[in-house]
Amino acid sequence: MNRSLRDLYLALIGLVLVVPLVVIAGVSVNASRFLYFPPKGFSTKWYFEIFTNDAWRDALINSLVVATASASLAVSIAVPVAYCLWRFRLFYAKVLYALGVIPFVLPPVIMALAFLVFFTSIEVHGRMGNVIVAHGIFLVALPLITVSLGFESIEEEMLEAARTLGANNLNVIRTVVFPMARPYLISGFAFAFVLSLNEYIIAFMTVGFTVETLPIKIFNSLRYGYTPVMASVAVLFLFVNVLVFSLIGRFGNLPKLLGAWGAHE
Amino acid sequence: MSADLNTAVRAPARADLGRWLLPVYPSLMIGIFFLIPFLMILAVSVAHQLPAGYYEPGFELTHYRRFLSPIFVNTALFSISVSALVGCACLVLGFPFTYFITRLRRRHQVLWLVFILAQLSLSEVLIAFSWQVLLSKTAGVSNVLTWLGLLDKPIAYYPSFGGVVLALTYLVLPFSVLILYPSLSRLDPAYGEVARTMGASPLRTFFNVVIPIMRPALVATGITTFVFTLGAVLVPQVLGRPRHWTLSVLITDQAIFQSNMPFASALAVFLLVLSMGLVGITVWINRRVSIPR
Repeated sequence: MNRSLRDLYLALIGLVLVVPLVVIAGVSVNASRFLYFPPKGFSTKWYFEIFTNDAWRDALINSLVVATASASLAVSIAVPVAYCLWRFRLFYAKVLYALGVIPFVLPPVIMALAFLVFFTSIEVHGRMGNVIVAHGIFLVALPLITVSLGFESIEEEMLEAARTLGANNLNVIRTVVFPMARPYLISGFAFAFVLSLNEYIIAFMTVGFTVETLPIKIFNSLRYGYTPVMASVAVLFLFVNVLVFSLIGRFGNLPKLLGAWGAHE
Repeated sequence: MSADLNTAVRAPARADLGRWLLPVYPSLMIGIFFLIPFLMILAVSVAHQLPAGYYEPGFELTHYRRFLSPIFVNTALFSISVSALVGCACLVLGFPFTYFITRLRRRHQVLWLVFILAQLSLSEVLIAFSWQVLLSKTAGVSNVLTWLGLLDKPIAYYPSFGGVVLALTYLVLPFSVLILYPSLSRLDPAYGEVARTMGASPLRTFFNVVIPIMRPALVATGITTFVFTLGAVLVPQVLGRPRHWTLSVLITDQAIFQSNMPFASALAVFLLVLSMGLVGITVWINRRVSIPR
């Protein structure tokens, strides 16, 4: 298609996608407590308040702990499944793979309700562990997909070569399989981490009234009192998301991870 | 020689051990924390609701019978039509957008993908919040319109149906781009070049060659986008009126605020069957059609 027409269309959609974010960024630097746009005055105090205000800092720490732990959990479940699927071609591993992907495909409110019913019936209420496990299971799909891609990208010849040179199974895993799968493993962790950080409904249904994560805190502020801190948190989140995906884009193969064929260079 | 024999004998045995041991931990985790909660919803959906907001095991179809009530029928119809509308909007906007991205140089593709991913994973809370600000009286587009002299004084554009649809489209568009990306990036540029050499204009190539080849991918993306929109739970609450609530909102409300877990579970089962059925169709489409490369 016509090049300039193409660039115009891309720019237009890009602009529409960016406008709400620009407004939020503008609101976040207001000098007063009110959410004006264009902002009245300029101040960065709402960014500092994320770290100095106890409630916001606690929410930030909760979110980071939950995201780190649940992404680790998701990876720990995904790696053995992906390995069995790749190395042994087990049918059972295929079943596990499908079961791992399903929670992520469904509308999240279904799993949120399932976790609520489950944790209520075993009488474990409102612990941070609940949301870690719930997010871990919900997000298994992401490392499962990336790590499987990683294993599949290892050429059989490499393994043969390592074995011919006398490496035993453990050494093959340590010196060939792991280094080659590592970028995919890290990408899977990063995807799960970012999505856990931003997830609302499962966190709300499992621990909404006891552990405040940042999305929960923002939603509560929407109901019970606006503050520009909400906007500064939004900008912080956007920054973290862009940073994490840029790192994947820089050090990993983003087009391939997202399913493009022949994206080798 | 003997060392070789040793590894040759031992290696399969160890591999066999791994074959049995490795799946144990993931099976336990997925079994306990996915399958059991999942089955519990089914059980609770036929349980008996007690007055105090508790429930006891049982088997009754009372909660499913409420599917005939106006609150369910209206909410279900509204969810389905709003998701269909948003799904179509995302296809119309997202298909050319994704097509153009896949024709860019790799470096530029990665930049767009990073942006799309960052936006996609942005919390629904934050998207609802930013649209609320954008549609508000104090900080929204109406201020710009007033400044331009198109409006007398700023007004609020929410709560409204339009606000819900706009924000949902904004929420779902990056998702549809990522779903379309694999099949469009696998589309062999030769198809376009052939059409061009035969004298077709770029626009005609797009409509008569690219779109027909991509029809299965378009259908699959439409359906997946539909399911994704069904999952939105905050945008309808924040930007709509109660009559703009979707099934996801109703489930949250019944479970948390009405303490009616059996009815919430029955609703979740309905949503589950609907979305699993639709996802099943897309899997079937993707299996049947091999995309030309």
